[in-house]
Amino acid sequence: MLALVAAEGLTKRFDAHVAVDRVDLHVGAGEVLGFLGPNGAGKSTTMKMIAGFLAPTEGRAAICGHDVTDDPIRARRNLGYLPEGAPLYGDMTAGAFLAFAAAMRGLSGRQGRAAIGLAVERTDLAEVLAQPIDTLSKGFKRRVGLAQALLHDPPVLILDEPTDGLDPNQKHEMRALIREIRLSKAIVISTHILEEVDAVCTRAAVIAGGRLLADAAPADLAALSPLHNAVSLTLGARFADAAVASLGGLDRVAGVRREPAGPDAVSLTALSGDGGPILADVGMLVQAHGWEVGDLRTETGALDDVFRRMTQPDAEAAGHG
Amino acid sequence: MASVGTIFRREFAGYFITPVAYVFIVIFLALAAALTFYVGSFFERGRADLLSFFQWHPWLYLFFMPAISMRLWAEERKTGTIELFLTLPVSTTAAVVGKFLAAWIFAGLALALTFPIWLTVNYLGEPDNGVIAASYIGSFLLAGAYLAIGSCLSALTRNQVIAFVLTVTVCFLFNVLGAGALQPVLGDAVPAEFLETLASFSLLSHFNNIVKGVIDLRDLAYYALAIGVWLAAAAITVDLKKAG
Repeated sequence: MLALVAAEGLTKRFDAHVAVDRVDLHVGAGEVLGFLGPNGAGKSTTMKMIAGFLAPTEGRAAICGHDVTDDPIRARRNLGYLPEGAPLYGDMTAGAFLAFAAAMRGLSGRQGRAAIGLAVERTDLAEVLAQPIDTLSKGFKRRVGLAQALLHDPPVLILDEPTDGLDPNQKHEMRALIREIRLSKAIVISTHILEEVDAVCTRAAVIAGGRLLADAAPADLAALSPLHNAVSLTLGARFADAAVASLGGLDRVAGVRREPAGPDAVSLTALSGDGGPILADVGMLVQAHGWEVGDLRTETGALDDVFRRMTQPDAEAAGHG
Repeated sequence: MASVGTIFRREFAGYFITPVAYVFIVIFLALAAALTFYVGSFFERGRADLLSFFQWHPWLYLFFMPAISMRLWAEERKTGTIELFLTLPVSTTAAVVGKFLAAWIFAGLALALTFPIWLTVNYLGEPDNGVIAASYIGSFLLAGAYLAIGSCLSALTRNQVIAFVLTVTVCFLFNVLGAGALQPVLGDAVPAEFLETLASFSLLSHFNNIVKGVIDLRDLAYYALAIGVWLAAAAITVDLKKAG
């Protein structure tokens, strides 16, 4: 598959500070890459370089095969870009701004009106077209920025925090829109909302300290969590000590976490030693001992858990040490 | 190059979205008139020409042109729209030229609105309208040179006030090169040829040539070159800052 977005060894240094360190990314049509990382991890810098705004110190980036440094105009024609914070010309009306963006894309006359019409419909902007952008709410501003990126129906979309500042309904609509348009496009979105990755992304890349730490399907990434395939159960406090001992004795259980879960109950979590399913083993144990168990379930492993471990290993160790 | 036109239209319309443009034009016209009639002794001179009007332009523009040019790039940088703007399929050159043209045509509009003074002098006497036309061209070119300097310096910073002050300073220096101000300072320390060469870079001396009514190709070439060089510097500055 041809990678519509290709970044190889992308590096950005500001004086001595390395903001982005040898990042490789390839995104093909139909893929939505979720770019995850704490604030200041280098997400935006990487996106700026791929969008051709910031020149990389080393490495290269290409959009649809056009190098963003050597062939910038052609690369940008194939790109819709929503910069961080969705900066817009605040004193223009939303309609005038979209008309400007369309004209800059070479869309004029009937073609331009059709393109604006479709983008306005997709982002649900019709009611605010006549208003100056400065007077719009944060959600509308973000959507104006998105409409601008979608105008020319580009094969590549780079959206830096597209749902930041949106209310839950608007977030839902934004994700629905991304799912709707993704089939023929390569989309890169950055976010620090992990549920978003589950909701729209086909791949997740984790970046911290400027380095790419992981690049995998969200489910594979979640599988890296120690909680992956762990089994949680709640039972009466009087069984707790015996249960911890028996669960810990199972071959495939690597450890047991214990937390109070109410006045006379504890919650136990048996961690899978090999990452495989252990529900059957735990279930048999429960039956054999006749414990009164409420809420017995398998954990899928939470992305945020993996994310925390990857991006701040020291804090994680301290928290459980 | 169609994008130059699109950028020009957006920028030019941008001046009129807020009242700033109208305030600017009114104050510019009032000051131009006040300098002509009160300081320039338009009536007392008893001559049917507009020298007392045009002689003030280099000094009037010293403050008005930086006020137009200061926002060109500094504002884009401040609000972050530069990231949006420069990731559109447009070359840096087209972006620089489009913005510059908007500022220049706006300045031209303010200049054109001084036409009542031309009507006045024609009503009162029989001036040499050729000289007046040449002076208007010279004044417009001078404004262009100031604005080209201003675009370059506006691209250096995200602060409009800094852009304004820098532009006033640089434009002032280019003015005094020809005003003989350097003679007493440098004195005999440098050869006279050096001072003459320096003076030939002066915006003021070329303007004074044109205002005399002689449109020399050298003066026109000087302004074309000055505008071209400063705009090229602006494009380089925009690109370098972007890389930063």
